[in-house]
Amino acid sequence: MKTINFCFRVHQRPNLKRYRFFEIGNDHYYYDDYANESAIRYASDNCYLEANRILLDMIRSSNGNFKVSFSISGLALEQFEQYAPEVIDSFKELAKTGSVEFLATPYGHSLAALYNEDEFALQVNMQANKIKELFGKKPTTFANSALLYSDEIGNTIASLGYKNIIVEGAKHILGWKSPNYLYSHAYNNKIKLLVRNNKLSDDINYRFSNWSWDQYPLTAEKFIGWIKDAPEAENIFTVFMGYEALGILNHKDSGIFEFFKALPFYAIEQNIGFELPSEICKKNKPVDTLSALYPMSWTDEEKDVSAWCGNELQNEALTKLYNLTERVHLCSDPMIKVDWQLLQDTAHFFFMNTKHYSDGMIYAQKIPYESPYEAFTNYMNVLSDFIERVNAQYPTDIESEELNALLKTIRNQEELIKKLETKKKAAKK
Amino acid sequence: MKALMFGWEFPPHILGGLGTASYGLTKGMSLQPDMEITFVIPKPWGDEDQSFLRIIGANQIPVVWKDVNWDHVNSRIGNFMSPDDYYHFRNNIKYDFRRIGTDDLGCINFSGRYPENLLEEISNYEAVASVIAHAIQFDVIHAHDWLTYPAGRFAKQISGKPMVIHVHATDYDRSRGQVNPDVYRIEKEGMDAADHIMTVSNLTRRTVIEKYHQHPDKVTTVHNAVEPMANVEEFTKSERNDKVITFLGRITMQKGPEYFVEVATRVLQHTKGVRFVMAGSGDMMNKMIRLVAQKGIADKFHFTGFLKGRQVYEMLAESDVYMMPSVSEPFGISPLEAMQVGTPSIISKQSGCAEILNHVIKTDYWDIDAMADYIHAIVKYPAMYNSLRENGLAEVNNIKWEYAGQKVRRIYDMVCGR
Repeated sequence: MKTINFCFRVHQRPNLKRYRFFEIGNDHYYYDDYANESAIRYASDNCYLEANRILLDMIRSSNGNFKVSFSISGLALEQFEQYAPEVIDSFKELAKTGSVEFLATPYGHSLAALYNEDEFALQVNMQANKIKELFGKKPTTFANSALLYSDEIGNTIASLGYKNIIVEGAKHILGWKSPNYLYSHAYNNKIKLLVRNNKLSDDINYRFSNWSWDQYPLTAEKFIGWIKDAPEAENIFTVFMGYEALGILNHKDSGIFEFFKALPFYAIEQNIGFELPSEICKKNKPVDTLSALYPMSWTDEEKDVSAWCGNELQNEALTKLYNLTERVHLCSDPMIKVDWQLLQDTAHFFFMNTKHYSDGMIYAQKIPYESPYEAFTNYMNVLSDFIERVNAQYPTDIESEELNALLKTIRNQEELIKKLETKKKAAKK
Repeated sequence: MKALMFGWEFPPHILGGLGTASYGLTKGMSLQPDMEITFVIPKPWGDEDQSFLRIIGANQIPVVWKDVNWDHVNSRIGNFMSPDDYYHFRNNIKYDFRRIGTDDLGCINFSGRYPENLLEEISNYEAVASVIAHAIQFDVIHAHDWLTYPAGRFAKQISGKPMVIHVHATDYDRSRGQVNPDVYRIEKEGMDAADHIMTVSNLTRRTVIEKYHQHPDKVTTVHNAVEPMANVEEFTKSERNDKVITFLGRITMQKGPEYFVEVATRVLQHTKGVRFVMAGSGDMMNKMIRLVAQKGIADKFHFTGFLKGRQVYEMLAESDVYMMPSVSEPFGISPLEAMQVGTPSIISKQSGCAEILNHVIKTDYWDIDAMADYIHAIVKYPAMYNSLRENGLAEVNNIKWEYAGQKVRRIYDMVCGR
């Protein structure tokens, strides 16, 4: 039986405020609260709440046979808690149906997987704990930010305890292979790879409201028909996109919600089911291995990482940022930890992209900067202030390793003092 | 296609951007095999490059019939023009211009600059145009900037050939809105008489449509380009401790020099190792020197005076940032020249060249904070400097006069009904 595996990514980028260089050292708050709040409110009203309600209806009316999974970043959950707590409640309600799976993903929508393994591990664990705390279940399937994946990243993910990974169906990785099977890691056959079908995903995400598309309008019947017409042996169709496809990228009036509501009926008619990633991985055996020597992602035509680290501006910013990792890990200041997460968001680096700057390409998300240079300047000013703050915690002339040892001594001492004091008290009594 | 162009200056003796643009455009157009250009300027110096066009000096065209023998003519202007041509022009004097003061050959003495009696010089130029229009064959008239509109109009009246005018600047740009009524009249009459109007930017196009009430269909933007530099590697940056930020151009109201001083003040308050240079001269120079002194930044802010020729490129190449905070700039070719020598530019959004450049920094001319911020970023973050430099070089090398010339040609074909 063929199955459809619907996954949605939920994340809203943190917006930086206009931060001039003369504020470096004076102002330690970097965010445009108004933009952040209104983005979350807008997305909640037009997409998250509405779409959650419809998906919940679909699950209930199909007796739990309709299933979806979500990859919600920790930052998004924090933002919901702050600006739109009802969204969390509606996700909780979805979680209760048992037909919904929450995927593991880095806490911030970050590139940590490419730059720092320790930070990556930390973020994945933070995220898993947050999901457990809110929805009561630890995730078992992993979907990286922008589906970043390579053999090496796959290994790291496995070492964190996730054996099921969703990856992009990039042409240069698949070659002649079809994305509609279960695959395994290049040399670790315990790791199972679910491959995103980017054609079907983009049909809904980018082309559903595109009048000039030759298949317009896309109906549920047509969509299910394509899946039915696929060769019999191809049995897993992973459709993964930003949740904003429902209600924002495709406006409510485009009929996107009706399209989704109709899907289960046509699917049942054609004997096509819906399953969660963890179920698919449990039931199926990998047919082959997939090897990705270089990192790939779901972005752009090239499906590589050049959207975030393709030019000198981006590399400079990312190197400066991730050079801080060890120091930040040593810090105990909670504000630094929070800013650290927010400054890692992929969007900051995406805005510095010069690749399409000249040809006036239109992106799914509106770019709040006039040029990549403006984005870079603003980010670097913020980062310069952040670096100063981190360095102010500990003198820069001490090597991180040495510092680590010193800190350990201090902590041990503190513990010892405490112990002795309690002993002293006990002795006095 | 034969074009008769009226200009005011032509390299190497130039006073502003008009001459550079005239040269580039005609050179770009000369790449079209069937294009013949006759370019009239008030006063040639004899060392102009005539390899791709014919230059006629208005000061060698007789407007009053004088009986002079061949040898005399040859000794006077033989090195510019053959005496036979002189007689040919003399035979085409159809009007009585004896009211104009002329020399022994019946020619008018032009200064070729922007003198006090500019309006008189413009009308004298018109007289010369009448003789030329009678004497030579051409398909289209092309007048560069307001100084030559009356000449173009007269030539059109005489020959009945279509006229296009090229707006390199309007008086609205030069005066920040306080237009000189005489200049406005000449500009307006020229535009009204033109069959088509070319502007150097969409910004200027809007001014022409809105302030001179021209029909939008009649106005087309032909962006300027830049001549590739042959000896670009000669201009290099010498080792220096301080970063240099440069303003280069006429120090006049139009160029916004006071904003540059404000930005300098802002940057110097917070940043070490930066110096500012204001190169050029102009009517606001003394005011700027006073302002710099008032702000107390004179130790880091330097004036060079007027630079010419090679010095301009040397200054640009030595700079780390080139800044053009023009309040209103019809096009502004200097950022392109800065990019050619690999210097990142910060330009105002009110500059015409901002419309075609991507890899420069664009801000509003009044946005001092933004400009200061960008300067800081370019100076402090090497990636920013390198990206702007590399991408800018690639971009500017693709802006060619040849393409602008083709656009002009299409307009010629259109007005000639071909």
